[in-house]
Amino acid sequence: MMNTVEKQSMMVQWLGGLGRWCLQSIEKIGDASVLSAVSLAYFFKRPWQGKHIVLQMYALGVGSLIIMAITGAFTGMVLALQGYYTLAKFGSESLLGSGVALSILRELGPVLGALMLIGRAGSSITAEIGIMRVTEQLDALQMMAINPHARVILPRIIATTLALPLLVSIFDVIGLAASYVVGVELLGVNSGAFLGEMVAKVIPMDLYAGWLKALCFGFLVGVICTYMGYRAEPTTEGVAHATTQAVVVSSVSILILDYVLTSFFL
Amino acid sequence: MIRTQHLSRKFGTMTALDDVNIHVKPHEATVIMGGSGSGKTTLLRLLASLECPTSGNIYFSDESLVGITQKRLYELRAKMGMVFQYSALLNSLSVFENVAFPLREHTDLDDFIIQTMVTMKLEQVGLRGFEHMMPSQLSGGMAKRVAFARAIAMDPEVVFFDEPTSGLDPISAGVISNMILDLTKKAKMTSIVVTHDVHAGLDIADHVILLWQGKVIMEGTSDMIRNSDDARVLQFIEGRPDGPIPFSRSETAFVDDLMHKPGTVRMA
Repeated sequence: MMNTVEKQSMMVQWLGGLGRWCLQSIEKIGDASVLSAVSLAYFFKRPWQGKHIVLQMYALGVGSLIIMAITGAFTGMVLALQGYYTLAKFGSESLLGSGVALSILRELGPVLGALMLIGRAGSSITAEIGIMRVTEQLDALQMMAINPHARVILPRIIATTLALPLLVSIFDVIGLAASYVVGVELLGVNSGAFLGEMVAKVIPMDLYAGWLKALCFGFLVGVICTYMGYRAEPTTEGVAHATTQAVVVSSVSILILDYVLTSFFL
Repeated sequence: MIRTQHLSRKFGTMTALDDVNIHVKPHEATVIMGGSGSGKTTLLRLLASLECPTSGNIYFSDESLVGITQKRLYELRAKMGMVFQYSALLNSLSVFENVAFPLREHTDLDDFIIQTMVTMKLEQVGLRGFEHMMPSQLSGGMAKRVAFARAIAMDPEVVFFDEPTSGLDPISAGVISNMILDLTKKAKMTSIVVTHDVHAGLDIADHVILLWQGKVIMEGTSDMIRNSDDARVLQFIEGRPDGPIPFSRSETAFVDDLMHKPGTVRMA
């Protein structure tokens, strides 16, 4: 049996650990904010990094196209199936078009798009920067009078920020088209009702909200993934750990930020 | 050329460098030697201003590198080149683009001139004709030669070498040593070499600095080091496992640890 003193000391230890964890997390958030702010400041300084931003957007954006298309298509298809099943119980299958469109534009496009971007591009950003750290490439850039903040971090943050809304737009279009195919062609919802309801219920604000979410998510993914790579411990395990952390932390942050943003837009 | 004044660097409670005062003369090969953990790589990184000292100062041509603005440091870096231990070639670029990289970044030369210059540098390191290979396709020795070519692409005044011969076969190591000699003797550049390779180090050095536990224990020409009667120097150049530099790095007495006594610090 544990006596009271032992119980108390365990409690103190547990609280101490919790406190340390909180402090370390706050410190990391601060460090990441400073790192990205310092890097983003180079956007306004010479030499202009436009070429590298475009190169990164190409690498991240075009590289993620296929996975976005596949995810978008199947999301639209499964939404149509599930929506039809639920709506049919109330005899309101005609609402299928608007239901699917609102879910995809406002919620699933940005969130699933961001999660796919993390898996496809975010992890590779962290691994790439981490390996540049391990193999002294970041130091080599320094020695060649090239600032790694401006050359390595800035273009990647801007690229994810700008690429995600574009990728999400493609996700949306493919998702809606796929839901039309399943809803109208396979399940037999009236084509006019499907499209008419969609046009009637979806307002431009829904689209803008989706884009704004995508913009914020893209920025967050860029900041977290570049930070994790840049501050990775310069060992093999360090980079592996950083890559895992980058995926976990950015996925969870996306879901939390999604709730916060949605609560503002509703 | 480069001078340090009471240079110290601490990592937490560990002292990597302690009150180091050295002077690197122009057009000479200065070799910094010492065992692992003696602080030699830290010293090189401080000299190249990749890190900041805890206290003390570093002067590059009488200009202090401590508290220097980034802009000015980047101007001075045009006069510095560095060959890293693992070559640190940019993975995504071919051999040609790696060597051309500093030229493209810092000059407005047109492609024809850059191509000529890169060909000359690659010829100098014996790798002309390998322009299109990627860093991942190169052997360690070849990668180091490309890194060498990149470091001298801008014709710097000082070139830093971090363990230039480690991990290379004897022939590649000899080639690199020769290239460093040529660089100082023929091209009149200043080279600063960090190495634990005693023979290569003493062969290329005009001036040797021997570090032990973050302190300079001996300084002088290669012959002075070879003929030194300091027991620590002798142990290092002859590579004896035990001596004044102890084999065991443990700080507590072995007997105490075996008896599970709380450690008493062993006297060195």
